[in-house]
Amino acid sequence: MKRVYVNEKWCLACHLCEYYCAFANSGEKSMVKALKNLKINPRIHIEEKNGISFAVSCRHCEEPLCVKGCISGALSQKDGVILIDQNKCVGCYTCVLSCPYGAISPTETGVMQKCELCTTNASGTPACVKGCPNGAIVFEERGTV
Amino acid sequence: MKHIIIGNSAAGIGCVEGIRRLHPDDEIYLLSDEKYHTYSRPLISYLLEGKTDLERMKYRSDDFYEKNKVTFMPGERVVKINPATKKITTESGTRLSYDDLLCATGSSPFIPTTPGYESVQNAFTFSSLDDALALQEALTEESRVLIIGAGLIGLKCAEGIRDLCRKITVVDLANRVLSSILDEQTAPIIQKKLEENGIRFLPEDCVASYKNGEAHMKSGKVIPFDILVTCVGVRPNTELLKTAGAKTGKGIQIDDHSRTSLPNIYAAGDCTECLDISSGQQKVLALLPNAYKQGETAGINMAGGDHSFKDSIPMNAIGFFGLHMITAGTYEGSVLDKSENGNIKKLFYQDDLLKGFIMIGDVDKAGIYTALIREQIPLSSIDFDLIAQTPGLMAFSKKYRDETLGGVRYGY
Ligand SMILES: Cc1cc2nc3c(=O)[nH]c(=O)nc-3n(C[C@H](O)[C@H](O)[C@H](O)COP(=O)(O)OP(=O)(O)OC[C@H]3O[C@@H](n4cnc5c(N)ncnc54)[C@H](O)[C@@H]3O)c2cc1C
Repeated sequence: MKRVYVNEKWCLACHLCEYYCAFANSGEKSMVKALKNLKINPRIHIEEKNGISFAVSCRHCEEPLCVKGCISGALSQKDGVILIDQNKCVGCYTCVLSCPYGAISPTETGVMQKCELCTTNASGTPACVKGCPNGAIVFEERGTV
Repeated sequence: MKHIIIGNSAAGIGCVEGIRRLHPDDEIYLLSDEKYHTYSRPLISYLLEGKTDLERMKYRSDDFYEKNKVTFMPGERVVKINPATKKITTESGTRLSYDDLLCATGSSPFIPTTPGYESVQNAFTFSSLDDALALQEALTEESRVLIIGAGLIGLKCAEGIRDLCRKITVVDLANRVLSSILDEQTAPIIQKKLEENGIRFLPEDCVASYKNGEAHMKSGKVIPFDILVTCVGVRPNTELLKTAGAKTGKGIQIDDHSRTSLPNIYAAGDCTECLDISSGQQKVLALLPNAYKQGETAGINMAGGDHSFKDSIPMNAIGFFGLHMITAGTYEGSVLDKSENGNIKKLFYQDDLLKGFIMIGDVDKAGIYTALIREQIPLSSIDFDLIAQTPGLMAFSKKYRDETLGGVRYGY
């Protein structure tokens, strides 16, 4: 299955992926309306230190600890993509406790959000990948995680 | 092959999904003495709080049994397992034979013997949907509620019914709330949060007797109440398999393949005991993620696969009135206290391993610490100072990141 992969050598720490992610998941048509003067809460996050930087988002693990541990049944795996049903989620944080990558985080309303590879929003293919100016994030088939 | 699963909750559902990973067509019979479609047990307090409803709290979709070709038999209590004939008998007299069987019977609330308990008018426990619905039915705006036990279940119950009654008092034998997962330094933070929300806590006390709607405490205090909820702990439901001859301790003994000591019989979830790798001790880890994984492991093996689950640890994510906490592992060894700005973070480490942690408030990326415990990652192989400050993948080797984030395959 195709996944989002990062090549930290090419990452400029420009944080554009975070903005594209927040925009794609905002449901807004205009980027200005979606992002301007708002504190963004994206599903991909840049880690950076001493000149090293890289983006972290859900790995869509084949053996997802978040899904297996989800106490409400809100997380599921469909065709390899790990999805969250925010209507079922009660914000218990068991997935935050379980994810070894720190890739699940709360929304403003307290339920959880995570990368769904833009399969559930209007972008269709991962917006972070489309928006990365340096090819540091790619969407490719490379075997298992 | 014909598989029988007893118990329609996390472990039982994990088993169905485990079997179906390998065999789409094996026969599966799923029996439960509860009458409901599989539901999320931990959500019963959220139900009373109004944060979920009967529809949304279903643990799997309405078409789960059909899609997975499961013969679901609700309201059937299994009363006997005969390992010699490979047959089970239910209370209603139904008999079924199996090739492999999973016992996922969970746990039951423990009720200490206290003089006068039988005479209490409105006495409840808080472990099932029926418990929650009965409690909801009994509660009025005027109710004074007494909850025995300030553990996870007692406090979740208190939070759930907070707006449905007049007064809530929680008592515990311990000197603090959540004594099994919080230490003396951190428990008062949660106690304060509960008290701010009108929940009274009475530590180091227990009920000596119940008389005329009053709890007479060992300390001499007298607490009048209208509704009593006993949440002092749960006991694994081991009787079925114990009678059938399986080895049991506190819970049913299983190996890392979820096999019991009896041939073709597996067990999973709250009815079992297993090895906690963070402490090296056999424990009953009555936790949903553990139940699911043990059930799934059993299912894969029942379907002829070879799967083991070897990294059980205690771990809890729980919140009260918007204040979240995540804890995991065992609080052994040296302590590194990284608490700041009102957020608590205590890391416990020993022999180059992270053993446990307590986080309250900011719990972002806590799972990275959980992974250090579960995978027993040598702290000398990562930047421990950095990760202790901020959980992140930056503290790991470039090779680790290339593999996990970059999809790079190194030859081994
Ligand atoms: C209020 C509450 C809050 C909780 N919160 C959390 C939480 O936040 N995080 C967490 O990890 N865990 C939590 N738990 C614990 C979690 O619910 C359990 O660990 C989990 O449900 C265990 O699943 P199980 O399948 O092993 O057993 P159970 O969920 O106990 O299910 C066992 C099933 O088997 C049935 N059964 C038993 N005997 C028989 C028989 N003889 N014949 C037929 N059927 C039988 C039972 O009726 C039951 O339906 C909570 C529990 C409660 C009560």
